[in-house]
Amino acid sequence: MGGWRREPGRVSASLALTRSAAAGCAVAEQAPLRAAEAAPLHESEVAPLREGEIPPLREREVAPLRESDVTPLRERGQREVFCGLTGIVWLHRAMPDAFFLVVGSRTCAHLLQSAAGVMIFAEPRFATAIIEERDLAGRADMNDELDRVVTRLLERRPEIRLLFLVGSCPSEVIKLDLGRAAARLAQRTLPATRVLAYSGSGLETTFTQGEDACLAALVPELACSDSPALLVAGALPDVIEAQFRATFAALGIGQVHFLPPRRATALPPVGPHTRLLLAQPFLAETARLLEARGARRIAAAFPFGEEGTTAWFSAAAAAFGVQPDRRDAVLAPGQARARAAVGRQRERLAGRSVFLFPDSQLEIPFARFLSRELGMRLVEVGTPYLHRQHLAEELALLPAGTRLSEGQDVDRQLDRCRAARPDLVVCGLGLANPLEAEGITTKWSIELLFSPVHGYEQAGDLAGLFARPMLRRALLDGALAPAAPVAA
Amino acid sequence: MQLTLWTYEGPTHVGAMRVAAAMDGVHYVLHAPQGDTYADLLFTMIERADRRPPVTYTTFAARDLGGDTAALFKTAVRDAYERFRPEVMLVGASCTGELIQDDPGGLARALGLPIPVIALDLPSYQRKENWAAAETFYALVRGLAVEAPRDEHGPSCNILGPTALGFRHRDDVREVRGLLERLGVRVNVVAPLGATPAALARLGEARFNVVLYPEIAGTAARYLQKRFGQPSTRTVPIGVAATRAFVDEVLALAGIAPDAAEPACNLPWYSRSVDATYLTGKRVLVFGDATHAIAAARVAASELGFDVVGLGSYSREFGRELREAALGYGLEALISDDSLEVEQRIAELRPDLVLGTQMERHVAKRLGIPCAVISAPVHVQDFPARYSPQMGFEGANVLFDSWVHPLMMGLEEHLLGMFREDDEFSPDAPASHLGAEAHSRSLEVAGVDAAAWAPEAERELRRVPVFVRGRARRNTEAYARDRGRALITVETLYEAKAHHAR
Repeated sequence: MGGWRREPGRVSASLALTRSAAAGCAVAEQAPLRAAEAAPLHESEVAPLREGEIPPLREREVAPLRESDVTPLRERGQREVFCGLTGIVWLHRAMPDAFFLVVGSRTCAHLLQSAAGVMIFAEPRFATAIIEERDLAGRADMNDELDRVVTRLLERRPEIRLLFLVGSCPSEVIKLDLGRAAARLAQRTLPATRVLAYSGSGLETTFTQGEDACLAALVPELACSDSPALLVAGALPDVIEAQFRATFAALGIGQVHFLPPRRATALPPVGPHTRLLLAQPFLAETARLLEARGARRIAAAFPFGEEGTTAWFSAAAAAFGVQPDRRDAVLAPGQARARAAVGRQRERLAGRSVFLFPDSQLEIPFARFLSRELGMRLVEVGTPYLHRQHLAEELALLPAGTRLSEGQDVDRQLDRCRAARPDLVVCGLGLANPLEAEGITTKWSIELLFSPVHGYEQAGDLAGLFARPMLRRALLDGALAPAAPVAA
Repeated sequence: MQLTLWTYEGPTHVGAMRVAAAMDGVHYVLHAPQGDTYADLLFTMIERADRRPPVTYTTFAARDLGGDTAALFKTAVRDAYERFRPEVMLVGASCTGELIQDDPGGLARALGLPIPVIALDLPSYQRKENWAAAETFYALVRGLAVEAPRDEHGPSCNILGPTALGFRHRDDVREVRGLLERLGVRVNVVAPLGATPAALARLGEARFNVVLYPEIAGTAARYLQKRFGQPSTRTVPIGVAATRAFVDEVLALAGIAPDAAEPACNLPWYSRSVDATYLTGKRVLVFGDATHAIAAARVAASELGFDVVGLGSYSREFGRELREAALGYGLEALISDDSLEVEQRIAELRPDLVLGTQMERHVAKRLGIPCAVISAPVHVQDFPARYSPQMGFEGANVLFDSWVHPLMMGLEEHLLGMFREDDEFSPDAPASHLGAEAHSRSLEVAGVDAAAWAPEAERELRRVPVFVRGRARRNTEAYARDRGRALITVETLYEAKAHHAR
């Protein structure tokens, strides 16, 4: 069992390969988007981090999670989660020349407006084409209507270079074929504007899976390349991308591309010499399609906290043959800063218990960070989906006996949470205030997705996001007894 | 298909949730996919609710669609009953649930639960939030109210319309209840806010109904009139004059004579004080739900002496009332739920003050125009910690403060402008309460492809008070453009001023 991790599978022979005449390279036929269920059930070779491969890690205080422990509680019931449309809120900022047109209902429009939260009613780069009764009753041809809406939109916003038609629950149920609509519209709008489609429907996607579906829709558009390059997948804030680029440059890794790119017209290329490094743990379909295009995934823990960031950069360094001493020299200053910053929050969190509700699929990397770098006790780690292959390195770092749950029955999960009375609950906005009113301290999870939290320089901020609610409660408990709100 | 950036009203099931969440003892089972659970955060975050709204979502997924979603719904209803033990169950479907046509009402009734089950049929692709709130409240009233002896403890009324996520509903109820009790009218039931199903059963005990929000309570009030012969108030007590008219209406309906002195109210005197002289003729654009927009226009015109230059609403159901009200100001009502259209109207009219919703507040901020919020859609700011009603005599005080303060700041800026050449005051200092961004940007936008300003004209422009400087610049540039002048001189500035003088 050599190296860090089993190499990800090559392009499966069973995948039908088609020739793209224009690019002249192999493109796997697009399979319908599916959830992470494609992952193998058991990772046969799970190796703990090897000493000497990376700069020394903090001493283990707990035994690592064994593969046999990973039998999550699987629940089916009410899921209190966002749908994939929510990803538009950060994706439209990651790609400033792209526009997201949801084809859906008033509910979709209301969700986006509410999830954008701050409600800054500027003219955003997303909108909803609301399906109306006359569309459903067949009094209007839905494709004509969509063409009309897109025409009006592009007249208004000629600067749009990439238009995503985003499918929703209603458009899925009525089987509106947005892929075909996109192809039809593109004939009119190209070369000025590319039109692509993906589904953010809550029937198929949970929250961050919307980003996965969006990036997956970009994969067939990527040009072919034979030159060696690193492709980092996952939408990241500007500041993080800049930091990562600087570190990769210092490591001597030459060609580094990011997906999504800042400009929709500058899509990165992909090919057999592309090494794929996931910056987010929820990119199952994107990774599958990139692998089908020849990219080989570098397996690694995710770059959250000092340990995860070190593991992530080290895995990339190993894949690109960076000498260990150079790697250590490049990473050491960031590591030291991250450790110091995280250490300042550790006092407040060490020994405290934490319960994570399923939300973004970031729960497992965060749980690893909270447990290993901040010394918190994990009561339950929920995730909407568990992608065993992409999370193998993370699972190996969780303490033995960690209770994982996949899927959700929110009322039962709340029962478990109340029974455990954890010191901190990480949950969505629908649950946070009600739990606070019951005296349970919460960290609302969506902030963890909207804030820059990747990498060394943000490790302290990430710890701070978890520590602040505890600090706040301590401050208020000193002066203000919890009071019941004034009745209406 | 309608292209929508921002919506004033949410989908129909959110309207139903606003009624369910306002009440105790009601549970709503909604046939809906997982993403629809976002609606919970409207209540827990915007209103800071300390409990989850009483809603169970079936959260069906793609894999369920080929199978038995009806069974999933029945399980959800049964489990919700067992867990929450409500007195009444509401059942319905969200937009996606509606498309799969599972008949929530029939399925729930088939379970034979020992409580009333009320099926809500709220067509998501035709209707919106407020209509659905009205329909839900009506369905509950119709399903639960029973014949009862009238006025056993003296003249009494019900207060109808306040819901969860309502604009100042919490405080309006307190204010109006106080007013009624001071008049000697007993409040029988307040609904839906804080009511139980048992309370709805007692609605018939009151002599009449006070309809606070016709958008939400109108349908139920008409039903109660028909069923129990209960009349309703027509006046919404926003502003001093309307509150007085409301009091007269209540006394007539209750059949009693006034017995108490009118509560003190500062608005009439503040409005007459010389300090308020500068409010005269301030150009105001009003946009909101129908009730609040019509009332705000009336207060603005007759109690503050403003000039109403625009009146509009997203409440299409009240188009007739709006058009009538607008005619009174010589205007054509803007009835639209397209926020871009409203934005365009604000930009064209350049009012001195916008009275609108949170959306107009953001638009006004970008354009550098003072704004006060008068209506839903609500924002966390619309749930102030302090008592802050819109209705009644205290409500009138709140209106005075919250509408005049943005302008008072304008006067301050004028004073700052007078001292602009002093080192302490930068001549380019934007209005402090509007944020530095707003002002400079509004000027830049106007400057696009405009004539050049001669230095002395630019200096002269800086002597114009800051809160009208943007308009002066735009008017002058438009004037110069229309006449094909490439250079704007001091002469041009004053020619334009004369040209645009009203």
